[in-house]
Amino acid sequence: MSLFEKHAVFEKNSIVLLLGILVMVAIGGLVEIVPLFYLKSTIETVDGMRPYSPLELAGRNIYVREGCYLCHSQMIRPMRDEIERYGHFSLAAESQYDHPFQWGSKRTGPDLARVGGKYSNAWHVAHLSDPRQVVPASVMPAYAFLKNAPLKADRIGDDMKTLRIEGVPYTDDEIAQAQADLAAQVNPDGDSSGLLGRYPKAVVADFDGDPTKVTEMDALVAYLQMLGTLVDFSTYDDKANLR
Amino acid sequence: MAQHGEIDKVTGVSTTGHEWDGIKELNTPLPRWWLWLFYICIVWAIGYYFVYPSWPLVSDYTRGYLGYSQREAALTDAAAGQASRMVIGKGLEAATFEQIKADPKMLEFAMANGKAAFGNNCAPCHGSGATGSPGYPNLQDDDWLWGGTLDAIQQTITVGARSTSPDTRQNVMPAFGRDQMLTADQIDKVADYVLSLSGSGGAATDEGKQIFADNCAACHGEGGIGNQDLGAPKLTDKIWLYSGTKEAIVAQINNPKLGVMPTWGGKLDAVTIKSLAIYVHDLGGGV
Repeated sequence: MSLFEKHAVFEKNSIVLLLGILVMVAIGGLVEIVPLFYLKSTIETVDGMRPYSPLELAGRNIYVREGCYLCHSQMIRPMRDEIERYGHFSLAAESQYDHPFQWGSKRTGPDLARVGGKYSNAWHVAHLSDPRQVVPASVMPAYAFLKNAPLKADRIGDDMKTLRIEGVPYTDDEIAQAQADLAAQVNPDGDSSGLLGRYPKAVVADFDGDPTKVTEMDALVAYLQMLGTLVDFSTYDDKANLR
Repeated sequence: MAQHGEIDKVTGVSTTGHEWDGIKELNTPLPRWWLWLFYICIVWAIGYYFVYPSWPLVSDYTRGYLGYSQREAALTDAAAGQASRMVIGKGLEAATFEQIKADPKMLEFAMANGKAAFGNNCAPCHGSGATGSPGYPNLQDDDWLWGGTLDAIQQTITVGARSTSPDTRQNVMPAFGRDQMLTADQIDKVADYVLSLSGSGGAATDEGKQIFADNCAACHGEGGIGNQDLGAPKLTDKIWLYSGTKEAIVAQINNPKLGVMPTWGGKLDAVTIKSLAIYVHDLGGGV
């Protein structure tokens, strides 16, 4: 019996077959996935990136909960047409604090990787409440209920602690200040220096236009308004980061 | 146990040697074309390893003989696109609006470039036909908040309104109701007066006229003619930023909505902003 015919051993013993499959899959993983954890050339550090502020993080949780990623990608691919429409292609570092990342794989709606600052807060509220009001041809569902849903973020500090286990560098101070920072970001008349010190470039505003309460709309719009705004591409060196 | 290589009498194909309860498995060969394609793919893959980036190693990955980089290719491609636009486009940066209007080539470029940029950046608020929607001005008509000249439009696009630029168009209408500057009765009367200015109904009482003169005329002008230096809307026409119903006017006097237009300077290049100004001015600009 030649070596080639030894496959009968695998075909007749399910446990041996299972072990054989595990070995083959492990080889694939070792070659394709493991190098991404140690190769310096695949890990880039980019100036300007910071973890999400508590309000942005709460908004991101709503983004994930509502399944926005099913229709919107957050990944501008390195291609001319995408660069011209959406701006500079996405960098790996820009999703370094995303657990899980929101790259998405389908664009029923446009890419949102750089939507921050492109529209006003009022536009986002109007659009989320009734997309057809501002974009007549839109097929997006209405999310008007976000405006009436009080933001339940009393455990946002625990979210930050969990993310810290995953490698997001939240400090003890940032976790302790979470509730204060969250309140400061929706109050444009208050003192936001502490918030901006911890989270530079955070947008401070009464996002949903209702100063009496903090809603899920506030959090989601705060998240949308910071997407893709952290890296300053006028100082980013493309040449040094070619892959 | 059947023998490997035994020829099946019905099909004339050899068997694999597997047999279950007297049923034997045929060893029908794969089609030749499929097999050859498979071998060619293997050879192709080996060539690919040498030409393109592929295998991860200990401290780096194999970069391939071509030194290909998707990021570099995209940046080169985008730069080439920008360069081909700038063949005509670079003239726009230095040219005055009069020079652009006088040069059919530059004008054609500005209109096409402006239309494309409008569709991507402006249409979500102002509408794909630039007819606006409540809170977002209609750009097809001849009513302009901050001025409808080419220069004024270019400035508004560059700095935005109530936005992040330090030079942004900025004004704040007081909340006459919320901050108790006027009583509900006074607001009702002045709303009627405002409606009467454009002949949209409402009674022009002397009291309403007096309240308007004392509180509103400083920005909206004597008789509500508007003031583009302050971004105060003209009230004598039937064009309304939000709505022309009495309820909407009362609501606006009570607790005004203050619209925001993003700052586009820095996001769009100077040539694109100039193109947009020409495109928007062509829609319904004033002198």
